[in-house]
Amino acid sequence: MTSLPVDWLENDRRKLRVDASAYGDKIYEALTAACALAIPALVIAIAVAIFAAAWPAFAKLGFSIVTTSDWDVRAGHFGAAPAIFGTLVSSTVALIIATPLAIGVAIFLSEFAPLWLRQPIGFLVDLLAAIPSVVYGLWGIFVLIPLLREHVMPFLRDTLHLGATPFFSGPAYGPSMLAAGVILAIMALPYISSVSREVLMAVPRSQREAALALGATRWEMIRDAVIPYARSGIIGGIMLGLGRALGETMAVTMVIGNRPEISASLLAPGYTMASLIANEFSEATSDLHLSALMAVGAVLFIITLIVNAVARWLVWSVGRRRTQ
Amino acid sequence: MKVLKLVVPVLLAVACAKEGANSSATASSTAASSGGSVDLTGAGSSFAYPIYSKWAALYAAKTGVKVNYQSIGSSGGIRQLSDEIVDFGASDGPMTDQQLAQAKGGPILHIPTVLGGVSVTYNLPTVQQPLKITGDVLAQLYMGKITKWNDSRIASLNPGVTLPSLDVIVVHRSDGSGTTYIFSDYLATVSRAWASAVGRGQSLNWPVGLGGKGSEGVAGQVKQTPGAVGYVELSYAKQNNLPSALIRNAAGAWVAPTLESVTAAAAGVVPTLPANTDYRISIVNGPGKGTYPISSFTWILVYQHQKDPVKGKKLVDFLNWALTDGEAEAAPLDYAPLPASMATTVKAKLATIDLTGAK
Repeated sequence: MTSLPVDWLENDRRKLRVDASAYGDKIYEALTAACALAIPALVIAIAVAIFAAAWPAFAKLGFSIVTTSDWDVRAGHFGAAPAIFGTLVSSTVALIIATPLAIGVAIFLSEFAPLWLRQPIGFLVDLLAAIPSVVYGLWGIFVLIPLLREHVMPFLRDTLHLGATPFFSGPAYGPSMLAAGVILAIMALPYISSVSREVLMAVPRSQREAALALGATRWEMIRDAVIPYARSGIIGGIMLGLGRALGETMAVTMVIGNRPEISASLLAPGYTMASLIANEFSEATSDLHLSALMAVGAVLFIITLIVNAVARWLVWSVGRRRTQ
Repeated sequence: MKVLKLVVPVLLAVACAKEGANSSATASSTAASSGGSVDLTGAGSSFAYPIYSKWAALYAAKTGVKVNYQSIGSSGGIRQLSDEIVDFGASDGPMTDQQLAQAKGGPILHIPTVLGGVSVTYNLPTVQQPLKITGDVLAQLYMGKITKWNDSRIASLNPGVTLPSLDVIVVHRSDGSGTTYIFSDYLATVSRAWASAVGRGQSLNWPVGLGGKGSEGVAGQVKQTPGAVGYVELSYAKQNNLPSALIRNAAGAWVAPTLESVTAAAAGVVPTLPANTDYRISIVNGPGKGTYPISSFTWILVYQHQKDPVKGKKLVDFLNWALTDGEAEAAPLDYAPLPASMATTVKAKLATIDLTGAK
């Protein structure tokens, strides 16, 4: 993602080249239409394949896949509730950590950073998105988990006395919902901050100047003039980050502890839907087991769909409120 | 959409052709015969992948017959053989009767190729000498019945060793795995409580513990957590210098996991086999003084009736070579070779494969 200067419209008004022949246009139109149609076709094809493969499990087990929490392959029990819980909780933790950080980065880069600093920091943040997730996982095992176990978890639980709440109680093994949340936060951060930075930079200069002219301080200008203008774009960025967190597999599997249990404590190990599928798919022996894993995939698909729909709705309703 | 219909297959074809060219480039430089095609395909066990790919490379160099082995996991190997997608499958656990009945190409033979052991590794910084452990205590650790390392049930097995009062942190594989099968097969054999509560399988409903993905996930977790106990393949423990517990075998001896003690586990069982054995046998907790109890064969699976006589002959020749010259390659890769006597009887089994093409 390249950054656009604020006033790109003024400076870089490209001249459209007028072509005498419309033949090229036709081909171009057909090609782009084919590209655009290919995506919905692909999504539908994936959905059909997943639901078809998941059907035997749904037919046999019904909603117990979603509502029960006993995953015992040998006994033929496939209750994925802990994995669904884990996916939602780890993603929520990730967003709670990543959102303020990412928006802070974006505000600093768009409003405060000197030009010479803007490029390198922006580049490094974007680079976070290019690191393979297995590398995040390894870093999680060898750096993050020991750090959490030796320092962060005892600090949260004992020094801050958060251990008295159910959310930070119990022994600190290391691999945990918290570790997964932190890894996901780092992975989601570049998505949120890149999009936020772009939309903040696209806020018209007049908006800022008007606020300053009314006597606003810099902070008031950002809070009252810039952020409201960019809000729908920032929410879009957050939802992109959430999508990343919901579907992330490898890094989470390596740090979450893979324990199919619902625990209120973030220090306890957990499980996610994507991890469950990744762990068991290659060695799934019975047809029902395979189908149950596909059913988990279908549930994940639906949850992602709902999240995206909610994001659309949020962006839309925020946009509408502003125009009113 | 029309454009897409055309473009996609073309792209796929190009990608496939490229892939094929890459993978066969090394093989065809040594092999003089047939240009670029793969003669035999196999799929399955990822545990056995290093040795099978080594065999494939050596065999191609020697005879020009190319063997393409894909490590997709034992279950995938069984499925692909059942659907007659590959010429041979490979699995770390024997096929069940139900799986055998579902195979589309008729009866399947289990050909033991090499052996693997499972090491029990642990992290007890203050303990210098190898920890001694019995199968029953191991089962209790993995069921959460023993929660401290200085529990009398462990201490009584390790006289003279000061065990720390650390919490036991159980680590197991989170991904389905033949290693888990062998480990749980052993625990189910020696502990009735384990057999009824947990049982044996590639993925289990673990009573306690943390799941690590792959051997590296388990080993990483154990290495970093004082008080942790986990299990990994013998080869992995050896290559990464992980401490391995001594396990008490059926004869009452304390045995470390080594290639010799794993081969001994097979040698101890061979005399007890009936002449018409199908080799679907478990050798955990086997007899013999030098036997390491958490050991298992890994198998190549082939159809008894080969539909294509030419291909069938190539397959039998390859397996014969593997059981003769190939066994020597096992030890350098940290697999335990079959006992010599057994290689002979397995080759006799290979001779029963029907190459007439009749079903």
